[in-house]
Amino acid sequence: MMINSMLSDICLLLGGIFTLTGAIGLLRLPDFYSRLHAASVTESLAAPLLIIGVMLDTGFTLDSAKLILIIVVMVIVNPTITHALCRAAAHGGITPKMQSESTQKNKLQTETEFSSKEPK
Amino acid sequence: MIAAAIVALLITLALTLIRAFLGPNIYDQILAVNSFGTKTVLLIVVGGHALGWFSYVDIALMYALVNFVGTLAVMRFFEQYKPQGEEK
Repeated sequence: MMINSMLSDICLLLGGIFTLTGAIGLLRLPDFYSRLHAASVTESLAAPLLIIGVMLDTGFTLDSAKLILIIVVMVIVNPTITHALCRAAAHGGITPKMQSESTQKNKLQTETEFSSKEPK
Repeated sequence: MIAAAIVALLITLALTLIRAFLGPNIYDQILAVNSFGTKTVLLIVVGGHALGWFSYVDIALMYALVNFVGTLAVMRFFEQYKPQGEEK
């Protein structure tokens, strides 16, 4: 009983830390794809940890079977959503930031060369 | 320790909502809303266990399924439809 409570505390604490990490990444990262990465990876790790923490605290009842069902649903659903969202964004014409920055720099260089040549 | 998990989930919900409001394009907003729904399921599970609700697990399971279907439907809609004023 003591070990169950301790394991539940550890799981809940780790789940809270991973959830906060994912939220900070979702808010601070510069690009859509990196934000998707931060949100999806921590989501797939934090959700089972939190639910396992609750499951260890309740003990073995019918509720723990339903909690296992919630874990199964989330583990199937989260990568599906991430894959479909990434595909939709790629179809929608969103480019990663590194690539667009380098092309912008190239464009700026060519534009400055062109404009410096143009007045003469 | 369960209070710490609830506080972390509430802070997460606030940060996700900020991203949903100031997301530059529609996909950021869809991602933030999906993440908000997932964190709401987790908050129902953890908070319902902490408060001793009667059948919180059924509500959480139903919310997870509805969140999945809703996000997928919105995403399929925006994959085919281009919003106006979006120039590449």
